[in-house]
Amino acid sequence: MNKDRRSFLKATAALGTVSLVGFPHIWSKNASLARAADGQIKVGVLFSLTGTTAIIEESLNKATIMAIEEINAAGGINGMEIVPVVEDPASDPATFAEKARKLVLSDKCVSVFGSYTSASRKAVLPVFEKQNNLYWYPTLYEGRECSKNVIYTGAVPNQQQDDFIPWLVQKFGKRWYLIGSNYIYPKEENNYCKKLLAELGAEVVAEEYVPLGHSEFSSVINKLKAEKPNVIFSTVVGDSVVALHRQYRAAGLDPDTMPMASLTTSENEVAAMGGDAAAGHFTSAPYFMVWDSPENHKFVDAYKKRWGADKVTHFVSEPSYFQIYLFKQAVEKLAGSDITPNAIREAVKGQELVAPQGKVRVEPENLHTWLWPKIGQCQADGQFKILKQSDNWLEPDPYKAYPNQKCTAEGLKEI
Amino acid sequence: MDIVVSQLMTGLSIASILMLVALGLAIIYGVTGVINLAHGEFVMLGAYAAWALQTEFGMGLLASLVPIFLITALIGWLVEVLVIRHLYDRPLDTILATWGIGVMAQQIVRLAVGGELRYVQMPESLSRSVTILGATDSAYRLFILFIALALFAVTWAIYRYTNFGLKLRAITQNRSVASSFGINASRIYRLTFAYGAGIAGLAGALVSPLKSVSPEMGTTYVVDAFMVVVLGGTQSLMGTLASSGILGELSGYLAFYSNDTIAKALVLLAIVVLIRFRPQGLFTARVRT
Repeated sequence: MNKDRRSFLKATAALGTVSLVGFPHIWSKNASLARAADGQIKVGVLFSLTGTTAIIEESLNKATIMAIEEINAAGGINGMEIVPVVEDPASDPATFAEKARKLVLSDKCVSVFGSYTSASRKAVLPVFEKQNNLYWYPTLYEGRECSKNVIYTGAVPNQQQDDFIPWLVQKFGKRWYLIGSNYIYPKEENNYCKKLLAELGAEVVAEEYVPLGHSEFSSVINKLKAEKPNVIFSTVVGDSVVALHRQYRAAGLDPDTMPMASLTTSENEVAAMGGDAAAGHFTSAPYFMVWDSPENHKFVDAYKKRWGADKVTHFVSEPSYFQIYLFKQAVEKLAGSDITPNAIREAVKGQELVAPQGKVRVEPENLHTWLWPKIGQCQADGQFKILKQSDNWLEPDPYKAYPNQKCTAEGLKEI
Repeated sequence: MDIVVSQLMTGLSIASILMLVALGLAIIYGVTGVINLAHGEFVMLGAYAAWALQTEFGMGLLASLVPIFLITALIGWLVEVLVIRHLYDRPLDTILATWGIGVMAQQIVRLAVGGELRYVQMPESLSRSVTILGATDSAYRLFILFIALALFAVTWAIYRYTNFGLKLRAITQNRSVASSFGINASRIYRLTFAYGAGIAGLAGALVSPLKSVSPEMGTTYVVDAFMVVVLGGTQSLMGTLASSGILGELSGYLAFYSNDTIAKALVLLAIVVLIRFRPQGLFTARVRT
């Protein structure tokens, strides 16, 4: 016991010394020059490997690591190797902020790839804005954010809904029932959805929110039976989505006449609820695992080979993968001494590349990404059948629901 | 009309799940005085047992109910032998110990089978809907209602009419006097704990086709179970029955006429107000102290 305590003290003392030695570098003006030293480029990888969202974030970590390995195997970036510094923020926003600070300040990463939830992104945002570093965020989210220190490669509401909502109104009808989990993401998505529905002359018969983690949907199902909407627009997330689908099916409701339309039900959620409960419902997303393109076949094959044949790719792991290649393209344009977060941001503006979903582009104004929305219908085997792809890539507009605001390169503008 | 009936059935369905989950907790607390914070984890273990029996051995849910009861009862028995029995009459320590057991159970499951959400297939014969008085309801939910009532009846009969139940009531009333008459209190406690855990396991298995199965699922159920027990009174089986009925119908109706978020808040508020004026709960066993 005593010995343990002593070695613990020693270790603490050693840690203290290291951080003291490390400390002055933060203030040295040329710290950034050291960032690409010895032919290495350090980047942070910040996805939870433990805790409640670990299941999904692990797949994002895997896609990120795989892309880095591919690039290094092909000779790196201008001969320099990408060195990932992997941290586990344990599904906890406060730990996210702490690990982000470590990656930026003591590891001197030039960029950090991470986050699944908006809460964790909001938690790290002050770190990246204060240190003027770059955060790469692969998840679809509610929009309404305009940071110069985040590259957003997931979809914002207009990219998932602009094609989806009119298509559903035309196919199923104008009576809509909006149901979501009770937090910011569903409310913002519904805001935009209501705007589109009003333009189409459709009617919202109910809008309601259930507590996060809610699992008793029988009253909701009674309301659905009473209201008989044409479409149920569901932004219910997490384990609630499993309960909702399974109880919907147990109650004998029919997806042919009253389908659920979702922006968050991916191959992952379907695997958790069973294909039988998910079959017939619709999801809009820029990527589905079954998407037929040479780039996607390559991505899916490599992913299964690297991580196991039973693994699925989905619409958050795909951006986690291609954003590393965007990073590579941006850094390639820079001289070795000029690899700083600032220079990378300027270089990534307008970058294009052919991702598994199609050709994507980083919008210079708001640092979000042009994407290819698709509409998929879930099948009993747990995969989606793609019914429609948008005719063109779609511009990201994180403030589309708020016509008097616009995200520009200079920051948020009131019009 | 049919909406009134469906809403009534919905309330009963919610109530039956609440009662299944709360029954084990009520028995354990009523008899041994242990506040079992790991109760939700027994529910979770039951759900995982159903999932494992289905995916590993291809057993249907109905066939696995008895094995699941035995498995979770055995785990409960072990927990009593290894931990709880050393902590009787130390309520704060049992709270801490059972909470720790709950955390360990979650992590063991997570390490053993992973943290992914799972689901259990509904029995084919029950995965349709039936019509009662013009309202359609899921056959499976009616089945849960039936099982819940049957389990309650069995528990009531054991409590009321068996030799074991007589000893149980004697111990509940006064442990030292009962012991001086030759009743082996530790054995009764052990069996009670195992029985309560077994019922919790059954509850988990029965809800698993309707809800998702995950290592953390127990947390929400333990809160619900405590609400039922607090409202119903801690020493009364009838109280558990009545309070799950009240809470089920109340949350069903409130959720129907407003929404689930408001329903949850109002139900909790009602309970807080009620225990302010009636701290012993709605029903109390008449015990001479």
